[in-house]
Amino acid sequence: MWALWLVAAVFGGTGIVERLLYGERFVAYTSYVPWGMWVSAYIFFIGLSAGAFLLSSLVYVFGVRSLERIAKLSLFTAAVTLAMALLSIVFDLGHMERFWEVFTRPQFHSMMAWMVWLYTAYFTLLLAELYFALRGDMSRTSTASHERDRRVLRILGAVGIPLAIAFHGGVGALFGTVMAREYWHSALYPIIFLVGALLSGGALMTAIVAFFWPRRDEAWRETMNFLSKLLLGLVLFDFLLEWAEYSIPGWYQIGAEYHLISYVLFGPFWYVFWVIHLGFGVILPVLMLTLSKRPVVQGIAAALIAVTFFAIRLNLVIPGLISPELRGLQTAYLDPIGHRLSYSYVPSIFEWQVTIGVLAIGVALFYLGCRYLPLFDQSRRVERRSEEIA
Amino acid sequence: MPAPPFSVSAEANEDVLVTMQRELQRALRKPRSERRWGMVIDTRKCVACSSCTVGCVMENALPPGVVYRPVIDMEVGTYPNVTRKFLPRPCMQCENPPCVPVCPVEATWKRSDGIIQIDYAACIGCRYCITACPYQARTFDFGENWTDNAAQGSEGVLALDAASKYETRPSYDWGTKWERAEGIIPESPVGNARKCTFCVPRLAEGLLPMCVTTCLGRATFFGDLNDPHSLVSELSASPNAIRLKEELGTHPKVYYLM
Repeated sequence: MWALWLVAAVFGGTGIVERLLYGERFVAYTSYVPWGMWVSAYIFFIGLSAGAFLLSSLVYVFGVRSLERIAKLSLFTAAVTLAMALLSIVFDLGHMERFWEVFTRPQFHSMMAWMVWLYTAYFTLLLAELYFALRGDMSRTSTASHERDRRVLRILGAVGIPLAIAFHGGVGALFGTVMAREYWHSALYPIIFLVGALLSGGALMTAIVAFFWPRRDEAWRETMNFLSKLLLGLVLFDFLLEWAEYSIPGWYQIGAEYHLISYVLFGPFWYVFWVIHLGFGVILPVLMLTLSKRPVVQGIAAALIAVTFFAIRLNLVIPGLISPELRGLQTAYLDPIGHRLSYSYVPSIFEWQVTIGVLAIGVALFYLGCRYLPLFDQSRRVERRSEEIA
Repeated sequence: MPAPPFSVSAEANEDVLVTMQRELQRALRKPRSERRWGMVIDTRKCVACSSCTVGCVMENALPPGVVYRPVIDMEVGTYPNVTRKFLPRPCMQCENPPCVPVCPVEATWKRSDGIIQIDYAACIGCRYCITACPYQARTFDFGENWTDNAAQGSEGVLALDAASKYETRPSYDWGTKWERAEGIIPESPVGNARKCTFCVPRLAEGLLPMCVTTCLGRATFFGDLNDPHSLVSELSASPNAIRLKEELGTHPKVYYLM
């Protein structure tokens, strides 16, 4: 594991340093396919964050008992994946040193500006929630102050739910509102993003709990079973939405959007949909979750869902951009140097490097958190301990 | 308002360039908010020589990958009935531009004379506007140069040195001097969305846009759509005048004669 991380860190770190020194010279995205791997990684990570956060609020706001043990871990995972998302998108900007302009030169029409403001608020809230969730465990406070913290957490969590829905729905709306891109221009997008966030974030948490939870007791098994059921429902619901998204514009096999859908299903990257997404992200996990109650199997199914969800993100961002808005533009004027006036896009090694670098940073943050923060402590046990002290 | 640099009087059977030059001076005498710059492109006269594209690349010192006015060249029909269609594509300078409201930092806006401007010093390079343009009129400056990866040799070999100096000359998009450069913090317009300016700096000097003057078939017309007697006003009212993707409601200020 350590060796693997080290390889990823060196490989990815080199990419990040190159990105800082040479800008976007080595990316494969073009003027016509202006968003690629990094934007996909951004919406992937930010979805994981929103999903993990909403899971934690099931505990703090609605008091779902089966998830109580993993509430703090979910909060922390939400913070780490959000940091990964922000890193991915900052590297994507042509002028990352100007990102603060979103606050100083606000444009109230822009869905992107709203998204940035909302996730800034969300990040602040996440940090506050983490502080209150961990404070009781870090210092041996009294039961009374612990109770007070629980109340604060309930309020913060309640504020966080609409915020997480607004900001992640906003990410979907960022794409959905673009009239020029028929593939994205769908009212279903904000909804699909939210369900996708719950699914991918829930899957990530399930996998983490399955493989990294310190105590393999009955309570752990109970949490795993609960999460697996939740996951099964979400996979199927997400698939239903996906069916709607593909079958409605594609049914009569005519129209501009039909061609983009057939590109996804039968184009050069058909295996991203059929094998990676449908095979390893839907069918296999559904079978595993229905046929087995073993936590290991549930964990592997969850990990498959979480990882292959990246395929959905790639299939969302890129196909929206691969078709010329005016027929013939693809050959009108070419760029012999950087091939930036091209409609074909395959992520470059450099783009993979930066994304893997971001992943390595995220894993390191997560490891440090698990090591030095009381993320796995059960609050009930803590309560008992504080009662003993009192 | 300073006097236009040179004046032209009407003559019978004069070149349309002369007519447009005179109209330009008339328009420049008005306050900016009363002008509405527009373009008419006669596709029947276009021979796809691409001198508008090349003139534009030279005028604006465009790097590879950035193009303001490509000419779409399409072969249509099946043998023996084959023909070619040409469509030069500048920025449409839409009355209702989809690229403007998406910008998160208000780095692009519609000026009072109708031109859609970009502030390269403010653009964060998120490329949202590029995705939002239904005409794909915006391209991104990735910081590339024409002489990148060219064989390096002693000075003067293949005139590489001269070429490299020529291409790194500043660009005057929007009337500001831009010296582009890469780096940890790239010098704009590297890292920015760029697009056709309708040659704002040339207009300020009383000159027609570069693509209009280089058009050897006189297929591109430019002028003030608010002036009912201008060539563009008359031509844009022709029955064979169309605008691209009119159904979107973007109201382009570029018309095509079919």
